[in-house]
Amino acid sequence: MLSRGIFRLINETNCTKQILACTSRRCYSTRPEISQSSNLMDFGTRKIFSEEHDIFRQSVRRFFREEVAPHSEQWEKDGQVSREVWLKAGEQGLLGVNTKAEHGGIGGDVLSTAITWEEQAYVNSSGPGFALHSDIIMPYICHYGTQDQIKKYIPDMTAGKRIGAIAMTEPSAGSDLQGIRTYAKQDGEDWILNGSKVFITNGIMCDLVIVVAITNPQAKSNAHGISLFLVEAGMKGFNKGRKLDKIGFKAQDTAELFFEDVRLPGSAMLGEANKGFYYLMQELPQERLIIADVAQAAAEWMFEETRDYVRQRKAFGKTLSHLQTIQHKLAELKTEICVTRAFVDRCLESHNMGQLDTETASMAKYWCSELQNKVAYNCLQMFGGWGYMREYPIARAYCDARLQPIYGGANEIMKELIARSIVKK
Amino acid sequence: MSGLRILVGCKRVIDYAVKVRVRPDKLGVVTEGVKHSMNPFDEIAVEEAVRLKEKKLASEIIVASCGPQQNQETLRTALAMGADKAIHVLVEDKDYSNLQPIHVSKLLAKIAAEEKVDIVLLGKQAIDDDCNQTGQMLAAILDWPQGTFASKVVKKDGSLDVTREVDGGLETINIKLPAVITTDLRLNEPRYATLPNIMKAKKKPLTTKKPSDYGVEIKSSHQVLSVEDPPTREAGQKVESVDLLVAKLKEAGFMKS
Repeated sequence: MLSRGIFRLINETNCTKQILACTSRRCYSTRPEISQSSNLMDFGTRKIFSEEHDIFRQSVRRFFREEVAPHSEQWEKDGQVSREVWLKAGEQGLLGVNTKAEHGGIGGDVLSTAITWEEQAYVNSSGPGFALHSDIIMPYICHYGTQDQIKKYIPDMTAGKRIGAIAMTEPSAGSDLQGIRTYAKQDGEDWILNGSKVFITNGIMCDLVIVVAITNPQAKSNAHGISLFLVEAGMKGFNKGRKLDKIGFKAQDTAELFFEDVRLPGSAMLGEANKGFYYLMQELPQERLIIADVAQAAAEWMFEETRDYVRQRKAFGKTLSHLQTIQHKLAELKTEICVTRAFVDRCLESHNMGQLDTETASMAKYWCSELQNKVAYNCLQMFGGWGYMREYPIARAYCDARLQPIYGGANEIMKELIARSIVKK
Repeated sequence: MSGLRILVGCKRVIDYAVKVRVRPDKLGVVTEGVKHSMNPFDEIAVEEAVRLKEKKLASEIIVASCGPQQNQETLRTALAMGADKAIHVLVEDKDYSNLQPIHVSKLLAKIAAEEKVDIVLLGKQAIDDDCNQTGQMLAAILDWPQGTFASKVVKKDGSLDVTREVDGGLETINIKLPAVITTDLRLNEPRYATLPNIMKAKKKPLTTKKPSDYGVEIKSSHQVLSVEDPPTREAGQKVESVDLLVAKLKEAGFMKS
């Protein structure tokens, strides 16, 4: 088995972990769930997936291990990822996976694109804003855009040649989205856009940003006077501000954006005027599901990372894994992770059939992001002092986890949404 | 001749990233519940065939694999990479441990003849048993020329220029078609299967055959006596300076004092 070593060497960075998979019975009904497999990230598990998904997952896992993981450290230093990784992801067909082929996407189902979310979490890399680009920005354009807009942007976005972002949040309006101040005034056929946005994922690298702006200040509430605009990088008056210094998501180019008398042609409007708020509400369940699944996958990764560590780290003359306190902590975490996976998989399945509702998606987002933080806290604890060092990946995972209950609708808002349907008559 | 017909052999092996464990009975390694994938050298062979097809030099790529039911997933992966059709020679679990390069060579020879192929592309060896025999035996059975350990393959009129990685460096030979080629590590970098191609692969034909359909009997000519773990590496030591390193090397007799 000498030659096995060669492939190990050339992929040294990619195979730090043993990948085990159930290979015996492959048919749909007998696929094991993650609680039944020897590793939570195994191939061939989970009843919602098929054999084709497994083959795709192999490609995606290889991509993230070879093209993303080795660069994570550099990207954290740079505060952004490379253009090249976007192009490579595009070349590999990992962007716009769930976008229809006739629109210029890949034409896969929700489950296939979910594989890309999960595999990115499995390499503990929050740098590339692929999910936002592919499964938030691209759907807006496909669902509300004109044929011309779709033709203009989607093929390039699938290829990774144009990076997308969405600008909702402002310095003084986050959860209270109706409180935004950015506005666009009509001038003949054109619109003149003014305002500023903050915390924008892909903000520095974006070539195209969907900007949420007030277009009818006289509307009885702002919700009825908001529109969406497709603003391109390089337009006069559109400036990207500083890269924000965050405690986590270090390789993500989160930024401020400024719009000063940006003249937009009428064709830059996405969908109909003053319907923006309605469009946003339509698309939010998917965003919440992404956060939920990424949080769940991150928890799975942290668990395996910690399991590996406690099995080799020595204390009191034995490995940490010999200590009952460690064993019971791992038992608790594994149980919670596996129980949560069952719910997330049901959500993924519902969404794949177009049946995911806002309340359920909100529950998933709220629950999974809280679990992710609990797992991060407890796993880091098992690493002791080393876990507090940024050179240990668990430290990065801990900092990244903290964002999840905040963005995509703060968990407090999730509870509002869940509660609304509980008490309504 | 509009284009070459290529047969590619794909073996399903324990994934290169998996740390293999010896079975308690010491007659093999643990395969149950262990991730398998296509032999990486065979992946290189599939890639080379697909590139020849993309250059319009090949017209059809047939992939074949001998082994249990699960080998179909390996074949699906090859189809997703760009092969046109697959032949699965189903070898039952009980016979699989007896399957040797000689049997695979005989099976591939029959398939090559039946499918009227011009080139058989194989990995130079599989990363599980490291036999490095199948390609050579196949060439002997078919009485075709062989280009083994190929790091470059260039199509000429009715022949191939094959650059081989040999001990002394690179050797380029010209061999007449039909021929057997085995791939070395540096021939190419295999592509990842993309989702649209995975979906297309689902519709490509995959035929299942038995060894008896080709008149091959799976009977081993040798018996495994024992499989042992390699010796474990002992911990090294860190030295503070180059001088100390040199002193230690001298002390251990690795350098002249």
